[in-house]
Order: sequence, then C-alpha cells, then structure tokens
Amino acid sequence: MSINGQAQSHDVEPRMLLVHYIREMAELHGTHWGCDTSNCGICVVLMDGEPIKSCTTLAAQAEGHEVMTVEGLAKADGTLDPIQQGFYEEHGLQCGFCTPGMMVTGRALIDKHPNPTQMTDHEIREAISGGLCRCTGYNNIIKAIRWAAAHEAQAAGRS
Amino acid sequence: MATVETWPGKHPDWLKHANGEAFGQVKDAPIGHGNMKRKEDARFIRGLGNYLDDVRLPGMVHGALLRSPYAHARIVSIDTSAALAHPKVAAVVIAKDLETLGLAWMPTISYDTQAVLAGDKVRFHLQEVAFVIATDAYAAQDALQLIDVEYDVLPAIVNARKALDPDAPLIRDDKVGQTDNLASPEWEAGDKMNCDRVFGEADTVAVRELLYPRCHPSPMETCGMVADMNPATGQLNIYNGNQAPHAHRTVYAQVAGLPEQNIRILCNDIGGGFGNKVPVYPGYVCAIAGSIVAGAPVKWIEDRSENLVTTGFARDYNMHAEMCSKGGRITGLRVNVIADHGAFDSTAQPTKFPAGFFHIVTGSYDLDGAHCTVKAVYTNKAPGGVAYRCSFRITEAIYCVERMVDALAQEMNADPIELRMRSFIRPEQFPYETQTGWTYDSGDYEKTMKLAMEMADYEGLRREQQEKIANGEIMGIGVTFFTEGVGAGPRRHMDILGLAMNDGAELRVHPSGKAVVSLSAQTQGQGHETTFAQIVAEELGISPNDIIVRHGDTDKTPYGLGTYGSRSTPVSGGATAVVARKVRDKARAFAAVMLETRPEDLAWEKGRWYVKGDPERGATIESIAEYAYGPNPLPEGLEGGLDANAVYDPPNLTYPCGAYISVVDIDPGTGKVHMRRFIAVDDCGVRINPMIVEGQIHGGLAEGVGIALMEILSFDEQGNCLNSSYMDYLLPTALECPEWELGETVTPCPHHPIGAKGVGESACNGAPPCVTNAVIDGLYHAKGIKHMDMPCNPARVWAAMNGNAQPPQ
Repeated sequence: MSINGQAQSHDVEPRMLLVHYIREMAELHGTHWGCDTSNCGICVVLMDGEPIKSCTTLAAQAEGHEVMTVEGLAKADGTLDPIQQGFYEEHGLQCGFCTPGMMVTGRALIDKHPNPTQMTDHEIREAISGGLCRCTGYNNIIKAIRWAAAHEAQAAGRS
Repeated sequence: MATVETWPGKHPDWLKHANGEAFGQVKDAPIGHGNMKRKEDARFIRGLGNYLDDVRLPGMVHGALLRSPYAHARIVSIDTSAALAHPKVAAVVIAKDLETLGLAWMPTISYDTQAVLAGDKVRFHLQEVAFVIATDAYAAQDALQLIDVEYDVLPAIVNARKALDPDAPLIRDDKVGQTDNLASPEWEAGDKMNCDRVFGEADTVAVRELLYPRCHPSPMETCGMVADMNPATGQLNIYNGNQAPHAHRTVYAQVAGLPEQNIRILCNDIGGGFGNKVPVYPGYVCAIAGSIVAGAPVKWIEDRSENLVTTGFARDYNMHAEMCSKGGRITGLRVNVIADHGAFDSTAQPTKFPAGFFHIVTGSYDLDGAHCTVKAVYTNKAPGGVAYRCSFRITEAIYCVERMVDALAQEMNADPIELRMRSFIRPEQFPYETQTGWTYDSGDYEKTMKLAMEMADYEGLRREQQEKIANGEIMGIGVTFFTEGVGAGPRRHMDILGLAMNDGAELRVHPSGKAVVSLSAQTQGQGHETTFAQIVAEELGISPNDIIVRHGDTDKTPYGLGTYGSRSTPVSGGATAVVARKVRDKARAFAAVMLETRPEDLAWEKGRWYVKGDPERGATIESIAEYAYGPNPLPEGLEGGLDANAVYDPPNLTYPCGAYISVVDIDPGTGKVHMRRFIAVDDCGVRINPMIVEGQIHGGLAEGVGIALMEILSFDEQGNCLNSSYMDYLLPTALECPEWELGETVTPCPHHPIGAKGVGESACNGAPPCVTNAVIDGLYHAKGIKHMDMPCNPARVWAAMNGNAQPPQ
C-alpha cells in the first residue's frame, strides 16, 4: 500500500488492523484509536479518497490502495491544508484526539461535494456523524469545515 | 520507514517556522484577556499531539487485564500455567503475587479499599483478575484466553434499594465488622425541624421519585499508563494522562511504599478527561507492579469496553424529593438519597463532604427551609462515583432541584419561569447563606433569566406550543436556572486524602523578558496553554506568545490538586494571577532602582512601571528583566532575577450560574425526541478567553443532551453491564445536537483575583434537567404526563407517553 504517497511494505499478521499498521509499522501517530466497533470515527483515514474506519479494516485489505492520514494533509513545506486552517481558525478542536479523523472526513466531504460552499448544515452534520467528539459539541467543527470550503473557493477564484 | 513529511522539523526550511504559527505563535494575540486562537492547536491539527499510546520506550512490553465474566462470584482457583508457557509472555500477575508486593488492595479517594486484582471473590462484572505482560499487545490478548479461572457464582445485587434488604447478600465480606451493604453512615444537611415546619405551613407540595441513572464520562481517549521502573536507580517514571498528577504521585508513594521523590508523573497530551481520569485504577497499579516484576517499561491501555464498564462511572442517585410553596413562591425542599457507589466506595469528594456538594441542592432560590439526607450503598456494580463533568455531585443536586421546580409549577398550575423569578435569591442578598450552609458569592439571576427568555422568545414559544398541541403534535419547552459551587477549595474546609485543595504556580521571567509559567492544573483539552498565558499577559503586559505554560510533569511543576470540578481557573487561575502580581511587585522594586526613585512613586500601566507625574520616565518589564539578571545593583532586601512562587488558597468556592431554555419536538408515533433549539446564557464572571469559554459550554451542552436523551449504564439481573461498547452506550453525534445559541451576563466573582468563576462543567449541569423538563413539558401539555426519568430515548418516551413510565434498570 502507499500511505500519503509513500510506498509501504511489511510482513504483518493477517489479523493486524490497519490502525495498528499505520501507528506501529508506518509510525504515523496522528491517527488515533477510540472504540473497536466502528462507532467513534477517531481512526478515520482516507482509502482511495473514501473515509474508512481503520480500526475495522485489516492492514492486508489496504494492499494496493492509497491511504491518506492526517499527516498527508499539509504540504511538504509545512503549509497547512485549508481544513487544518479551518479547525484552527474556528476553534474546531479541544483535546485534539478526534481531530485527525474529523479533518480527513471534512476533507473528503469537500472533495466530493459538487458545490462545497453551498453545503447545508445537515449535509455536514450527516457527513461527520460517523465520528464522535466529546469536547466541542460539533458547532465549531461544522464552522471549521465551512471555513475550509469557503477559503478554498476563494483561493480558486483568485487563481 | 515512512517519515512525517509534513512537519517543518523534517523539512530543509524548518527554521523559518521556528518563530511562527507552527510552534504555537498566534497572530493578533491580545496582550491579556480576549479572544485568541489556541497556542496548543498547532501540533494537534498536524496530527502531532503526544498522547499516551504515542509513548514508546526501549524494551517496552504490553499489559492486558483478564476480567471477571461474573458480577459476584468466589474465585475457586486460577491456573496461569498455559499463559506463562506462551512464547511471548513475560509474566502473569495475580492477587497473591501482588500480596507479596503489598499491592493487592489499594486505598480509594473515599477512604475505602479496592482490590487491585480480585483474590477472594469478584464483586462486579469485568472486575480485574489477572494481569498479563507480553512482548506485544496482540500476544497479551491471546494469553488472556489461556488463563483458567474457576468461579463459584453468587447472587448479584444491582439495585441500590435492594442492597438494603436484610437478606441481601453481603458484598464487602472483606471488611471487618461490615454486616450490611451500607457504604457509609447516613449523612445529612439542613435543619430538619425547620424544614418540617415550612412544609407544614405550605400551600402546595410536589413529590417525585427521581433517578439520575448511572452514566459514563467516556473521553475519546481511554485510560492507560506506561510505567517505567528503572532497576538501576529506583526511579519510577509514570506516563499517564490523568487530571491530578501531583495527587497521583502522592498516592502512588503511599500505595507502593516508594519514596515520593523517586516518582515522576508525566502527562503528555490527554484525549479528554471529564472526570474519568481523576481516580487511580487497578490497571495503573498493575502496570507499576508489572514494571517492577518485568524490569521493563509496561504499557497498559484499556479498550473501550473496559473503559465503559469498569472505570469511573457517574451519578446513580435515587432521589426521593419534595418541594413546597407558599404565597406563590418556593419555600421548602426535602430530599432523601440512596446513592449507589458500586462494589468499592471510590466516589470522588473532599473528605468533609461524604456526599460531595450535593447539599447545594437548594439551587438558586431563597428558601425558608431545606433538609437532605444521603445514604450510600454497595452493589455489584463497578466502583467509581466520579463527577462526570461535575463538581462533586452538584450535577445530581441541580437535576433534583430543577426537576422539582418544574414539578411544583405543574402542581401549582404556574409558569415554570414565573415561579423561578418569584423565588430567586435577589442581587442585594449576596453574599447569601443557603439553608444547607453554602455562602453564594454573587449573581443577578433575574437578569440572566430574562436574557435567555428574550433570546428564546419564550412567549412566542409558548404560543407555538399551544398551536402544536391543538394540532396533535408534541412540542416541549424546558427551563433550568442553575447555580454551581466550583473551584474547591478553601483549605480550612476541603481536602482529598488529607491533601488541601490548593494549587501552586511558579513564574519565571527570563532575561529577555520572555516567561515560563508552571502549573499544577492539568489540561485535557481545555486550552490551558493559551488561557494561562493570557492571565500572565494581562498582569504583566507581555504577549501570550512570549509565555510558555508548563504542566504535566511533576518534577517541573509546583504541587496542587489538578483539574476537575471546574477548578482550574478558580484555583490555578488565582495562583497564576497572584504569582504574576508578585513578579510585578518585584519588578517595581527593580524599576525604582533603575529610575532612581522610590517604589511608591511608581505607577503601573500594562507592561511598564513609570514615574507618577512623569510618564515618559519608565521601565518596561523587558528592560526590568534584563536589569534583574544583569550585573547591576539590587534593591535593598531583594535577590537578583525575576521570578516568584505562589500557592493559592481560595477564600470560598465561586458560584457561576446560568439560565437555559430548550425546545424539543416529540414524534407522537415513535417517541423520538428531536432537539430543536438550545439557548444557554451563562454567567461565569470575567471571561479570560471568550472563544475558549464558549467552546467549553458547547461541549458541556452536548454531553448534557447525551445524558438526558441516550447515555446510560444499565444492568441485567445477573449484574452484567449491558452497555459495554458504543453500540450500546450511545453518545450524541452531530445529528443529535442542535446549533447552540449562547448568551452571557457577567457578574464578576468578588473574591477571585481576576473575577472569574469557572465554567467547564456548567453546561453539563444545566442541560440534563433542561432537556428532561422539555420532554416532560411536552408530554404534560399533550397527555398530562408528569414525570419520567432519563434517558429520554424513544422506547422510554413511548412508554411514558402511554402512561407506563418506569425508572431505568
């Protein structure tokens, strides 16, 4: 598989979960683990652009696929992705534990939406409803995703 | 191996980021209080937080706990031989091994004892029985399956009232002289005779049986520890996200008999706490014992089932409540509580308050009489009794009083807001002594309530409700007005395990005028790295960007009792303001020497001392710092350098309040509650960083709505916990939360150095009764239903609307 554009190859136990592979073998600690049962969304990464829960995906299932984690959001020179900037600007995080999963989910939502600046509140709420956040009460996460959508559109308009 | 390409540290141009936002510098930061983005976010948005599971030490091995499948059973035998034969297993620890280390039992924070590993019998479902240490986490789980335990199953008690039956099985037969399931003597507050008199003279009395169900704080990061005992030096490093690192160090020294100076607690980033990370859990002691036995660092992290079922539950209060009125206002309150403390009494509360601060139950009202009693019992449920986003049982008290005001309003046929308004403590009555002995500091309740009514358009909502009900729809409007007492607390009244509830702060201003402030408070997401920098900034007039907040390392921070009970700003915030003022005073003495004048001839403006009447002649904090560390003459009686220490002993608790109004629509066909609106007006005194305060309120509201609508730990007759994963223990998602509508009033705390009151838990206190009142208001107006207990999930609301409301099991 590749993670954030970098080829990965390890021999692993067939039962190894993707979240453990990402954390232990690829040594990318930004993806966290929260529940074991696909309910909390803490472990969400993108596989071929789709948000998936890496705690209920086997590492072996990711073979041949492109995985993106929170570490893949910013550019190599450290420039933040608008979704990261949005979470910062709108106080979209507190303890930070669910934040990587929420940010990549938000990234996928914006990428797939035909008109991101026109997303309804309900569309955003539904998109992130596979994830739990205990700190923010979600208001500011929704604002953060909107911030990213609006600023991307603005940047695209200028270029 | 992959590299983290996105971190500027790995990029050739990384130095250009060193003074920038990537390292926590915030653009347009105010010099002091005000809205400011968070310094700590720079690492979190890059996925570079450093949580417990990110700790990796050379030679580290992994622990896992074998847990009991029964809630109550004698242990006949434990056979660990097959597990020990597993090639990756380093050790298996059971109770008798811990006995040789003196670690089989540990003290709880309520002066009870708790088994670290069960030896004689298990007393709750999933109690800890054996600890396996293996070279990887998967192997440790495999080895658990190889341990053979024979149990002799006993009848289990999961109902607090049944625990008091004379023929109930004795749960704590380990305790000498214990002949029943009472966990503590009955405790009472208020004047019973006076209260009886007030009830005797009442016009109307409302009586309700209220159950605040057992629920769980459930932070997104579970609990765990990496224990690293160095066999060469005897130094024990403990990596553990907990809310009170200094108190934990003292407890470990007592429990393990280790010299306290050899123990260092390191809390890195913590993925939420909400009270769950206050106690010491058996798994922690096992990790420490495991590190001693294995001679290697041991990592133990619980899974979600272990977290939900075995650690730090909250509430579980059975309340018989009566409230009365005379002449149209509330006059009396009587409450008798049976508190379910589980198998071991590890409920969190200051020593002198065996029922926490429950007796703040008189709420925001000027009553003529009140009396309450609390009886705690043992059951075959997990121990804990932590305060889930709550200051020591205040949440239960607020739920009780605010449900009862609505119940009384129903009996009086009065509007619930009007009844509150007529009964409020008035602004001129502060400081106000309650019937149960608290001295409230300040508040303007009517003003706060009126703002919430305006924001909600309360009159309009009531009109809409009438129309809806007439059309066969069910719409409910819920109200609460709460007063909390937070910021424990004054050392003359409050300690935990003999440790006064004070907090320290140390401030060092470096020669360049940049500063480091060290705290005993421990952030779990509350934004301390920003807020506390702002407190220093406000007092010294230097930028928060020039101040680092140090916490989470007991070797590098002053002693104090940590972060829970909304006490960080009231106590540590007080310490921080005081220590900054000490530095400012020291700077004044230096400035007097520098400016060749007397200290009393100097006046302060943010960031500099200047000569009164000659404002051009002055010295900035930066120049004073440079002077203080330079080869310059010292003021008489002062040493060089610019630093100070403080330990803050709050003179009283602080008393934030709030008016909440919620609107729900209930589906008459399914009982599903839709949260339509939530208006929250909080008065927490002076707000240091309003953005962070509002974030705290948002989070508390979501948790409160969760408690009211879906969160519950329930049990079957055999004592099995039925909510052992997020498939059964439901937390609110974005779809169940409305867009929060916030308002504020500001009544500064008269005794706090910066007038702040604490806010972290307010919303989680105010929201559960507000939402429950809304549901019952809807059911009452549509169907005459007067009560149901939380959680108001569809099945339970359906039962209630059909006249079959039952307390949850």
